[in-house]
Amino acid sequence: MAREMMFGEAMASAIMEEMQRDPNVVFYGQNMAMTERDPFLKRFGKDRVRITPISETAELGIAVGAAMAGLRPIVELYMSEFMLVAFDEVVNEAPRMRYMSGGQVKVPCVFKAGFGFAAGWAGQHSNCMYNQMMGIPGLKLALPSTPADAKGLMKSAIRDDNPVVYLHHYMLMLDKSEVPDGDYLVPFGVADVKRAGTDVTIVATAWMVKESLAAAEMLAKEGISAEVVDPRTLSPLDVKTIVESVKKTGRLVLVDQAPKYASAAAVIAGAVAEQGFQYLKAPVKLVTALDTSVPYSEPMENYILPNEEKIVQAVKSVLAVHATAV
Amino acid sequence: MYKQMCRIREFEERIKRTFVEHPGVIRGHAHLGDGAEASIVGSLATKQENDPVMPSYRCHGYPLVLGTPARNVMAEIYMRKDGICKGFGGSMHLSDPARHFPSASAIIGQGIAHAAGVALAAQVKKTGQVVYCYFGDGSSKQGAFYEALNMAAVWKLPVVFILENNQYQAYTHVSLEDANARAGDPLSQKAKAFSIPGVTVDGTDPLAVYEAVAKAVDHARTGNGPSLIESKFYRLSPHGNAITVPPVPTQFQEHEVLEVYGNKAEWEAAKANDPIPKFRKQLIAKGTLTEAEAKKIEDDVRAEMDDVVKFALASPLPSGEEAANSNYVWA
Repeated sequence: MAREMMFGEAMASAIMEEMQRDPNVVFYGQNMAMTERDPFLKRFGKDRVRITPISETAELGIAVGAAMAGLRPIVELYMSEFMLVAFDEVVNEAPRMRYMSGGQVKVPCVFKAGFGFAAGWAGQHSNCMYNQMMGIPGLKLALPSTPADAKGLMKSAIRDDNPVVYLHHYMLMLDKSEVPDGDYLVPFGVADVKRAGTDVTIVATAWMVKESLAAAEMLAKEGISAEVVDPRTLSPLDVKTIVESVKKTGRLVLVDQAPKYASAAAVIAGAVAEQGFQYLKAPVKLVTALDTSVPYSEPMENYILPNEEKIVQAVKSVLAVHATAV
Repeated sequence: MYKQMCRIREFEERIKRTFVEHPGVIRGHAHLGDGAEASIVGSLATKQENDPVMPSYRCHGYPLVLGTPARNVMAEIYMRKDGICKGFGGSMHLSDPARHFPSASAIIGQGIAHAAGVALAAQVKKTGQVVYCYFGDGSSKQGAFYEALNMAAVWKLPVVFILENNQYQAYTHVSLEDANARAGDPLSQKAKAFSIPGVTVDGTDPLAVYEAVAKAVDHARTGNGPSLIESKFYRLSPHGNAITVPPVPTQFQEHEVLEVYGNKAEWEAAKANDPIPKFRKQLIAKGTLTEAEAKKIEDDVRAEMDDVVKFALASPLPSGEEAANSNYVWA
């Protein structure tokens, strides 16, 4: 059975269910659980649900210590940029302790944050900086693009014995779609083919999955069949599914809301170049944001971002390249 | 107490000697706790068996007192398979969670937040544990210190924050970087920022440290939250072994007080105030220990550490492939 839910509700229901299931799960952050009316506070009490001051280093550091001592903390950070203040805890503490101790301690924690606002929030609140959290051995990274994936990945993140950065896209918050009832888990390291196709593979993350699906609809009207692959987790990354898709279509377009240089798109392109080069009939194409900060004024903000139009153009350009006979 | 203090001292001395006698056996950066023995032993003597201990990267002395076999601590520092972390951590990152010593961070100050987190777990799980959080005067200027103490105070977390003021942060004298020190105020005054108890204690006197820490632990265990204890003593070795780039060998040089500041008087005074001979004299004067007993302790400790070094030198190195063992990267 399934029920239509918005993104936020899907995440909240996952957290509720996991807190019900496991008394070691605790949930805290700034500006939450201020009064007894808070549903989490009402259900689980003020030991397990807490409000914190603006102290990201302590919020994340406390999560690391608490996790080593047997709790499973979820830290609500609201915006991925706020993790930067405490980036040491994210990349050089949480993912290190298990390894440095020779496996003696585990650090099961979830750092939850929104990202990618494209609504005039300007340079410091509109970023897609998840690429900076890739390539940190021991740190997992999840980016759901649908309410169902949001629920399933959150449940998996909480049950994972490793630190997980869980990022949810702000522009998807009002999206409503079916979420399976009950103990619905989405595994990490398994990409999802959101739309099957034969002419081109589009790999996209978060909001860009939605834009890519819209582009695929437009392309279908012109007889072009696009396959849209959503990695869902960037660490671990399911390169196999992406390469299998490229094997089928021969052409690859990567869509990433972040600036191009060192982006997740560039990383995935590199993996395909290494593991699927023989299947490519054209060079890969990256559709990304411009290499600038995000400007405030609407026409400028729109200009720098990828969109449906740009994705359609990119697909047409890779299709225009004819493979030369070997 | 005297024996534990001697064990720590002898252990640290052997590390210094290893750099000279067996170059290459210890790599990277090792930080010694000679001079801290009274503070470490005096504070840990107050603890219940399951109270967690969270030191900084200057962490050798604590597991020695907690019961971690010294052989396996030395083996870890010697990069060996029999190391307490199987060679994955080294001197700065010892860990013995079975004895309630989860981790040590080497990013100065960050571990203070981790300790508050361990205390959160104790509070939520209602274990009755109190966390012993140790850090140096240098880390008391880090953001993590302020954030962690504030949150621990707001949440009344069961933790005792022990600020080991050994007067130096690497090469920097505390008076060059601490506003309280510059004003002639004790560092324990920082507790006022969080409205928690703050006290300064003579860190070279294990009994004084015991008394102060016991009070703070009781305060925490009865649900009244954290305290800050400034334990004052002198670090008798430089910050760490000299930072060199391979293949240049490294060793422990002169203390910064001589090398950087040329202050011989301060150095002589510090040596004269060495906590170990001071305590020995006190115990003999009180009649708690005889000269013969003291000597026996010292001989036994030397014999123990002879064995420790022998064991560690003979322990095999891990194979390179162990680094990729997925048990340690992720689940």
